[in-house]
Formats: sequence, C-alpha cells, structure tokens
Amino acid sequence: MSSVSLLGPQFQTPNLRGVVAALGLQGPFVSISAGWQEREGELDELRAHLDAEVHDLRIYERSERVFEQDTVLRSEHRQRQSDLQDMRELYQLQLSHAKDTARELFQRDGSPALLRRARRQAIAALHRLDRAHLAAIRTVHSQFVARTGLPDRPAVASAAAQIDRYVQQANAVFIAGGHVAVLLNRLRLLGGAALFAGKPIVAWSAGAMALTDAVVLFHDSPPQGRSNVEVFDQGLCLVKRVIVLPHAATRLHLNDTARVRILARRFAPARCLTLDTGATLQFDDGHFLSGAGSWRLRRDGTLADIKV
Amino acid sequence: MHTALRTLTANGTPDEAAIVSFLRASKFPLIAADGVTFVYSGDAESVHLRCWISGLAAAQPLERIDGTSLWVRHLELPPGSRLEYKFDRRIQGKSELILDPLNPVHAADPFGANSVCQAYGYVRPDWTLDDPQSRHGTLEELQVSSTALGDRRRTLVYLPARFRRSRRYPLLIVHDGEDYLRFAALRTVLDNLIHRLEIAPLIVACSHSPDRLREYAGYEPHARFVVEELLHSLRVQFPLQDTPDTRGLMGASFGAVASLYTAWRYPGMFGRLLLQSGSFAFSDFGEHKRGAVFDPVVQFVNKFRAAPGQPTERAYVSCGIYESLIYENRSILPLLRDRGIEVRYEEARDAHNWENWRDRQRAGLSWLFPGPLWMVYE
Repeated sequence: MSSVSLLGPQFQTPNLRGVVAALGLQGPFVSISAGWQEREGELDELRAHLDAEVHDLRIYERSERVFEQDTVLRSEHRQRQSDLQDMRELYQLQLSHAKDTARELFQRDGSPALLRRARRQAIAALHRLDRAHLAAIRTVHSQFVARTGLPDRPAVASAAAQIDRYVQQANAVFIAGGHVAVLLNRLRLLGGAALFAGKPIVAWSAGAMALTDAVVLFHDSPPQGRSNVEVFDQGLCLVKRVIVLPHAATRLHLNDTARVRILARRFAPARCLTLDTGATLQFDDGHFLSGAGSWRLRRDGTLADIKV
Repeated sequence: MHTALRTLTANGTPDEAAIVSFLRASKFPLIAADGVTFVYSGDAESVHLRCWISGLAAAQPLERIDGTSLWVRHLELPPGSRLEYKFDRRIQGKSELILDPLNPVHAADPFGANSVCQAYGYVRPDWTLDDPQSRHGTLEELQVSSTALGDRRRTLVYLPARFRRSRRYPLLIVHDGEDYLRFAALRTVLDNLIHRLEIAPLIVACSHSPDRLREYAGYEPHARFVVEELLHSLRVQFPLQDTPDTRGLMGASFGAVASLYTAWRYPGMFGRLLLQSGSFAFSDFGEHKRGAVFDPVVQFVNKFRAAPGQPTERAYVSCGIYESLIYENRSILPLLRDRGIEVRYEEARDAHNWENWRDRQRAGLSWLFPGPLWMVYE
C-alpha cells in the first residue's frame, strides 16, 4: 500500500501544491471530485493552484450512467440506502440518550471514584452503540455486494476498467471534499480502494474522511436540532484508527473540555485529529507517519499539537 | 442611574469641561445590565424618547440635569433587547423627530432611519455581516407581465453561488423582497447561510408591490399573480425542484399576511411559510380598532380562523415581544398546529422593524430549507 496524505480544506488557502512538491510527486495526476456532485470535474481552480494538468475520473457521472444502464442495480442500491437510513434513525435515537448521559456525567461534580466508574460506563455504552452500528452497516454492504455480484456486473466492470486506464497512467490520485456520503457511495460502487491501484493519494476534507475506517459526522452548533456526533459509515480503510475532523475549528467547540474528553474517549483507541486549513497528515501503509497543523483531541479534554 | 452619570454628577452640577469629557468618553445610549440611559445634549424646551414599544407610552420625557444642557431618561430593558428610537425635540415651540446625535448606530427602513439601542447582551449575529469567506450569489432581474394586476412587475431573483442549470433548486418567494435586500441584509444572509451549509442553495424571488397595503391585505388578484404568473415565469426561467416542500413564501408584517393568504388560497402549492411579525389582525366580535387599511386583513384572518384549511406543511413564525402584534401572532399558532403543520415559533426582544426580521432569518430559513451541514465537508 502506498502513501496517503490527508489535508484540511483547500478553499481560499490551499496547501495541496506544497504537499505535492514535498512528496516529490509530478504529473500526470487524476482527481476524484464526486463529492461536488453536479459540479464534478470543475477543476479550474485546482489546476491553477497546481499549475499542472489534472484529469478528473468523473466518478459521479459514471455512477449515474451505471444506474441508467443497470436498473436492477439501481433499485437494489436504493433499497440499501433506504435500509441504511432506517438503521441510522434508530441509531440516532439511541445515541441521543447515551450522549446526554455521558455529557451530564462529565460535567457533574461529586465523588471522584463513583464518577470515574459512571463515566467509564457511559463511554462504554457509546462505544457499544457505535460498534454495533458500524458492524450492522458492514453487514448491509457485504450483503449488497453478494446479492448483486457488484464488481462483475457489466456496467460496473466497464466503468471500473475505464477508470483504471486513467489511474494506471497517473502518478497520484487527488480526492476532493464535498458530500461525504455521495463520494463514498460512488467510490464503493465502482470498486472502492482498488480503484486507486496503489498510487499515492492526496485527499482533503470529505475525501480524507472517506479513506478512514470510520466516517464520523459532527457539528456542535447546527442552526436546528441537536448535535449528536455520529458514526456514519465505514470508509475505505486506507487509513486506520484515525477519526478525521475537517473544519473542526468552526464545527466543534474545541475549548469545551467535557466535549473534547467525551469525543477522545468515545473513539479511542482511534485518534481524533482536526483537519483545518493548512493541516497535513501523512500515512504509510495505513499507519500514521507525521503531521502538521493538526490537533489531537486528548482524553483529558485538552488538545495536543500533532508532531512527527 | 448609570455609573458614568453618577460619577459626572457626584460633586453637584458638573462644569462644561466635565460634560465635554463625559460625552467624549462614553458610548450612547449608556448600556448597563439593568437597562439603558438615553442622553441628549443641547438646548431644548423638551426632549422625548419615541421608541414604539407596545405597552410603553409613545413618548417618554427626558429630564434635564439641573444647571446643564444634558437630558437623560433611564429605561429598564431586559438583556438581549434591541430597540429603535428617535428623539422628539422641541425648540421654540416647534417639535422635530431627530436621530440621537450621540449614537452612530442607525437602522434604515423605507421611511428613513432610526437610532438603534442595543441593550446589554445583544450582539448582531455574525451571519448577517459580510463574510469574506462566503461565496456570493447573484441577482437577476425578471419582468413579469401580469394580467391579474394589470401591469408589469419587476422581481429580483437571487441565484446562489455556483448556480448550475444542471441542478434543480428550492424556491422562496419573498414579499417586500427589495426591502428585505436593502434593510434586512437578505443577500448577505443567504450568501453566508448557504456557504455555511446551514441552508440549501436556493433560488429566492424578491417580489415587490407598489401598493402593498392593498395588494398584501388578502387581495385575490395578487395571490393569482404570485401563483399563476410569477411562479409560472420562474418555472420557465429557472431550474426548480418544483415540489410543495421545496416551494416557500416569506414576508413580514403585511407581507406575512400576503404569504399566508396566498398559501391558504392555493392549498398544496407552498409547503414552506416564513411569517415575520404578521399583521394578523382579527375580530372575534365587534369592530377592530386598527384603522380602515386593516379591514381586508381582518376579513381574511377571520375567514382563516374559521376555516384554516391546509395552507402549508411547515411554517416558521416570529414576532417581537415589543410589538402590538404579539397577541395576533401567538393566536395564529394553535390554528396552524391543529392542522398538523410543523411550526417553529420564535419571539425576540425586539419590535416591528427590519433588523428584527434580519436577525431571525437563520432560524427560519434553516428550519424550512435545511442545508447539507451534516454531510458536506468541503
């Protein structure tokens, strides 16, 4: 498995070019911008920033074409999405209560020994919910693949082969952010991690989330409803035991100690790492190698600078 | 008394130098946790505070500090309040409404401007201010020939940043839309909320009436114009999702009446309603006391109260608690909820003005047109 670099948002102050140079990567490059949906392939800003030619793999468009050609697959896919949505609603309901309990316990004063035990149990309850939900999702995905014979369906195999021709000629794959569910679904449909053919990958924001082994959705101050950090899906598992948090500076209350403590403990042993503008995390063979401009959420509620 | 004034008058009548120093060093009106002290400096026969708060006298006298040209008035004001005011100054027997000369904060409206008092704890929401990070939408002019109204109407259409004809968008039609753009920062708010993913990228048609007190007061030809002419033109010109749950009407004051009336007249057409400080006057019996201009409004609201029907699926209703209309707005909530309509209701410590309506837009728009906040990480 080759190198994976995860970056923060590339809007306004991109650092992709610097990272590409530091890695010694030279074109040709291919990109995946399926998370941009109808704006897929609008790469002018990316090309101008890199001063290099980049060919977009049109994963979103190709997926739409696959669904047009293979209506049975489309219908199976819709059913799977509907099942996942039902599961998600039940999980959110359970989560809401478990999270409230944990939150209250981490803010409460009292006997340290009793609180320690109660907090541990509350975090364990969150762990169990997250793990069970992720396991159920994995089952749904594997049943879908088995039921549909996904990689061998002619429309899928043809699209994957076309993509592979471009990837084989490229020296690196860039994966942009955007809608994480759309991105992940389309990548998974057309081959998942195998699409990248072992090439170096540089991904940012939702692109980075999609490469991890657990995609976690989060926002601490949504304008409506409540904030329940949730495990949304399994990613493509090219990066292990890391929860990446793009836009953490604006989406998370990082100065709320109880909040940070719960997050860090809930997802341990995975590390929760912020991915704001300018951040870079390097992985080799799925394991963390080095990082800059990112914070790790610690079990004591503080933030630690990521260092080599 | 505010501490700055107490200090000024601690040793009896302050001299001119002390007053000049006090005026230079303070921000006016003087804000404290328990209320606000309004200060006027200058010669006058009388000075009154005019602040249009329902429940308070329309004009409240400022009192002169003996031996000085300073006039003061303390008003208890709960934290978080915001109010607009003027001074009614009388000189040589002649009264004049003026902005507070010591307060640089003004709010514009179609009739001019008022001074703004931001009480303790009030902070202008950051999403109402220009954010250099936000991508900007554009405004296009649409001219619609109206048979219903017998003339040609201009509508400014807001298209979100990164608008693509290959994508379909929700639609919001805004009554008094040009005033919302001018006085309630609608364009900035849309840019920011869309950029922050808090609302869906949407197309917003800013409609305007040259005779709003008639056309917005439960006037059938105007509703027909909105649905059969304006909406039709928008469908032809722009890629709309075009389902009831992606079509909305919005308005404040009489604009809220027009929104509710149109949705009521065309049930199933607009699944989203954003109603701010609606002038929902009604009479359970006898005459209403709001003047002739409200006659058609009362007629409509009475009919609506008798048979609300199913005007929409989801509504956001807001009103300032310093408005005389608070009772009418509270009264409309059970009617909507009893019909199974999902309603979010918000009260603000503010009055009947554009900045109140500006500050409530995030709550309203994100309730009616939620954005992909949870799923999009760009």
